[in-house]
Amino acid sequence: MANNSATIADDKPKVALLNDPKVRGSIVQAVLLIFIIWLVWSMVGNAADNLAKAGIASGFDFLGRTAGFGVNFAPFMDYTETSTYGDVYWLGLQNTLLLAIIGVFFATILGFLVGVARLSTNWVIGKIAYWYVEILRNIPLLLQIFIWYKGVLATLPSRQAIDLGALGQLNSKGLFAPKPVFADGAMNIVWALVAAVVITFFINRWATKRQMATGERFPTFWTGFGLIVGLPLIAYFAMGQPISAEYPTAGNFGPRGGMQVIPEFIALLLALSTYTSAFIAEIVRAGILAVNKGQTEASYALGMRAGPTLRLVVIPQALRVIIPPLTSQFLNLTKNSSLAVAIAYPDLTAVFAGTALNQTGQAVEILLMTMLTYLALSLITSLFMNWYNSRMSLVER
Amino acid sequence: MVNIDPQTTLGNAGQKVAFVRGEMIGASPPPASETGVMGWMRKNLFDGWFNTALTLFSLWILYLVVPGILNFNFFNAIWSGSDRLACSDVNQGGVLYEGWKGACWPYVGAYMKQFIYGRYPDELLWRPNLVFVMFLGGLIPLLIPSAPFKRENLIFMLGIFPIASFVLLTGGNLDFNGFLLPESIMAPSTAKFWIDFIILTALICAIIHFVVKGMDGNSRKPLLFTIIAMALLGLVILISSVDFGLEYVETPQWGGFLMTLVIAVTGIVSSLPLGVALALGRRSDMPIVKLMSVIFIEFWRGVPLITVLFMSSVLLPLFLPDGVNFDKLLRALIGVGLFSAAYMAEVVRGGLQAIPKGQYEGAMALGLGYWQMMQKIILPQALKIVIPGIVNTFIGLFKDTTLVSIIGLLDFLGMINLSHSDSSWATPVQAITSYIFCAFVFFVFCYSMARYSNYMERRLDTGHK
Amino acid sequence: MKTKIVSAAIGAAVLGMASTAASAATLDDVKAKGFVQCGVSQGLPGFSNPDAAGNWTGIDVDLCAGIAAAVFGDSTKVKFVPLSAKERFTALQSGEIDVLSRNTTWTMSRDTTLGLNFAGVNYYDGQGFMVRNDLGVKSALELSGASVCTNTGTTTELNVADYFRANKMEYEIVAFEKADEVVAAYDAGRCDVYTTDQSGLYAQRLKLTNPADHSVLPEVISKEPLGPVVRQGDDQWFNIVKWTHFAMVNAEELGVSKANAAEMMKSENPEVKRLMGVEGEFGAALGLGNDWAANIISQVGNYAEVFNANVGPDTALAIARGTNDLWSRGGLQYAPPIR
Repeated sequence: MANNSATIADDKPKVALLNDPKVRGSIVQAVLLIFIIWLVWSMVGNAADNLAKAGIASGFDFLGRTAGFGVNFAPFMDYTETSTYGDVYWLGLQNTLLLAIIGVFFATILGFLVGVARLSTNWVIGKIAYWYVEILRNIPLLLQIFIWYKGVLATLPSRQAIDLGALGQLNSKGLFAPKPVFADGAMNIVWALVAAVVITFFINRWATKRQMATGERFPTFWTGFGLIVGLPLIAYFAMGQPISAEYPTAGNFGPRGGMQVIPEFIALLLALSTYTSAFIAEIVRAGILAVNKGQTEASYALGMRAGPTLRLVVIPQALRVIIPPLTSQFLNLTKNSSLAVAIAYPDLTAVFAGTALNQTGQAVEILLMTMLTYLALSLITSLFMNWYNSRMSLVER
Repeated sequence: MVNIDPQTTLGNAGQKVAFVRGEMIGASPPPASETGVMGWMRKNLFDGWFNTALTLFSLWILYLVVPGILNFNFFNAIWSGSDRLACSDVNQGGVLYEGWKGACWPYVGAYMKQFIYGRYPDELLWRPNLVFVMFLGGLIPLLIPSAPFKRENLIFMLGIFPIASFVLLTGGNLDFNGFLLPESIMAPSTAKFWIDFIILTALICAIIHFVVKGMDGNSRKPLLFTIIAMALLGLVILISSVDFGLEYVETPQWGGFLMTLVIAVTGIVSSLPLGVALALGRRSDMPIVKLMSVIFIEFWRGVPLITVLFMSSVLLPLFLPDGVNFDKLLRALIGVGLFSAAYMAEVVRGGLQAIPKGQYEGAMALGLGYWQMMQKIILPQALKIVIPGIVNTFIGLFKDTTLVSIIGLLDFLGMINLSHSDSSWATPVQAITSYIFCAFVFFVFCYSMARYSNYMERRLDTGHK
Repeated sequence: MKTKIVSAAIGAAVLGMASTAASAATLDDVKAKGFVQCGVSQGLPGFSNPDAAGNWTGIDVDLCAGIAAAVFGDSTKVKFVPLSAKERFTALQSGEIDVLSRNTTWTMSRDTTLGLNFAGVNYYDGQGFMVRNDLGVKSALELSGASVCTNTGTTTELNVADYFRANKMEYEIVAFEKADEVVAAYDAGRCDVYTTDQSGLYAQRLKLTNPADHSVLPEVISKEPLGPVVRQGDDQWFNIVKWTHFAMVNAEELGVSKANAAEMMKSENPEVKRLMGVEGEFGAALGLGNDWAANIISQVGNYAEVFNANVGPDTALAIARGTNDLWSRGGLQYAPPIR
């Protein structure tokens, strides 16, 4: 770099072109771009060559072809052997989302409970929570799935079933729960629920406004609770109890009918939500610890009791710390749900990137679709969480 | 307490009163309910009705869980035996009482060799053993902050150890027969490979020289750098192509914990340089570099590892030119390496962002160029503070290696699942026994790494802020 | 390993450093490599199964050994690549293996859309069902409402769907990626029925906790001709694989076996003479030595020997010859003559 010594006094410093950061930058970028284009081009070229030479069909026409295989878990669609590969994709996506949403729900609840328990002054609770977290997060998730599936659920009786009363019957073929049967008028209950939610929302707004203006408080929580539980209940009885349950019956091969929740789903749900809850617990703990102790003390000094202090002072501040890492845990759970392929739960990876791929042999298209779907799920979740995060975060001075 | 002095309170007469104490009583010990075991329990366990209820509830949970676990793993477990009958109850044709449930440890013992080495030939086991010893011997001093020779140790771990273990595990003696000149000029042979290699080096040097000269630059330094890099690459290739007289062991014969370690360590070591490059790229001012880095990182972070493994095992062969084939293990390694590089990049980026801006500005004020600034000022600090992050990424990767069993590689978990198909040990407790063993091993490794990461975090915390 | 293997790999990809540059002729590549790369299953007793020391045995394995014997005169010059159902076709298409001998069913769509050629049928199979004896099921038609375990990505998964649909029976399908997982799930009681090729049922039954508690139902619901597969577009290699199988069948028909191969070299029978390469240039037409078939028979054996040693009545699988008997004895195994 001898040319660095060019003096400022020079009108035109004789700097080598290479030492001009701008020129260097564009050269580096151009080289990188050329390299990437070449890499992609040669990969695509090779793939095209290899596919053409092997005479493998390509394109997305297969999505309209009949799949011809059965799937044992399709709660939200009418999947039969005559459905198409496009249906298989939707089915897989639905099953993935179902697992992810229920998993996130349980993982969050468990995680918050355990995270708070970690901070408990109660020694036994604190220690139990500590070992819960350490054991669960230091054992591979795939192994935990196998433990639940082959170690626990597979040891249940296979012909008889354990009677869980109102929950249905449980055996190694899954949980046979009562299936809700909707008669005419059942839809009105849903409308009642929607109405209750909307009314609660407006009451909440009104109550906040009134409190801001007059300082008078309104029991929003209990009113809302009463509305959301009460209105659908009233509708239920008003419509003449249109929802009934279909109970599983004993068949040749154990219980049949009702709503069968396959053991693969149960095992995955247990493993995913407990595993993720361990990580969430640590995030919650760190979030609560991040709130300065002075905040609590100041709140007590103002005469607030422990409950409102936690609810109005500590948690809102802790949430700001908690939400970003929580998002990535939700994403991790969604991505980890792809481990379903290991125990044959028909999620997107297992039924589309697995079975459909095997049957059609169109690996490029199917894996591309699968990966882009997960990518889209990730991006949507992070966008939503970024939005939520920006709402939660306080405007700092 | 009010200090009572008999002299002053009753002092006008100046006489001493017999019933008033003349000296202080020694402080009596706190009541039994406040100290010792009782006090501790009172304070920590039975502080109020809510806490008491919680304590009783958790004790009840422990009562439900702990005795069952202990009984299964120890008191009811079977410790010796030679086949499935040792672990079967009378209904299954064994000798144990009906309804027996316990761990079947002799089965784990019988499969221990497979669990550790896979199907690695018996008489060659000294080779993986030597690799284990080298790994531990290099790693432990590296992890102890006060141990000397860090630099030499790092060179050993990142330079010598990988090549040595490659040669030891595979047997080395790779066959390179050229890649550049057409076969019509020279028949493929080892000599042709080296001629090709020299021609390639010369070509790269010529291009660099031409480009740099074209822009009035001094080409000596980049040329020297290129030649050294190519010489090192050549040395690596040379070592792996020398015949040390070691028998060739194909990768399908590897397996068990050996394979788990190979994948995890290769993944982390290969992802480190790539991750640093991507992190720098993401923070770069150059729009194309930045965009490419962001796309790369977000793509790999947005998809599940299992789809990456599917891609590397099913699609990678299609993307390669006709006739080029990668070993199944190598394909998985490429997938794992790219995947963890994206995560590593985010860890390193966190470190780069944590360095105060003043450090960048100071470096620039001293007249350092970009690479000098990164190499001498920023990266040494940034990489130091991300050590816990790197260890955590490694823990994640170490656990995630189990996924390769889904694409049919026989890693530790794959080997365990394979052993279930051996009917000579097939019992209802076989699966759970092996999983408990596997979970125990993973827990010991991951928990100690996590503790180490915590320790480093606390240690490094003092220096900054 | 570590960095090196990856950087070498990237180097290899970038430079196109092909250690095994495949050209159109598989035979030349195989000869240059010095061994045949043979794709097999991940462990199916009787067809391709590794023992604890990693030695492979089975009908499919013996076919590959036969190819090696024909090409090199040495049946040990073969390397086995265990493949899952999912990987098997891409492995062949990409050139990772030279021949796929992995109890693969010959179907029209596989033959026409995957760029592959089936080089014959070394085992005629059909899909069947296995159930626990204590269910008391005697026919597949009594299986309505049962859960059925099977392998995903196979024709069996499609056949079972067709069968239950055609007979208007309800069923729950549980499809796993690996055969071992299917067996484990069936053994654990996750499903009532295990379905795969009948030979596979007999083979996998050995892996169950108590094989005697299970039996195979009489119904065969599909045709499953299993055979070796090669890449399309290399007729010479296709012929070699095809005629390796035919040589074994012809040998059985002509009474030539591993034991009497040396004697048979002196046989006066012109058909035997042509088979053993004493007369004619049949090996040269394949691009091999004229003793190609003699090597197969003396080192691997004829079809009957291979069958009996791996799946026959005296083995644990105890499968009768049945459809796999010679055509002259009422079976389907028929080889065109060597002339």
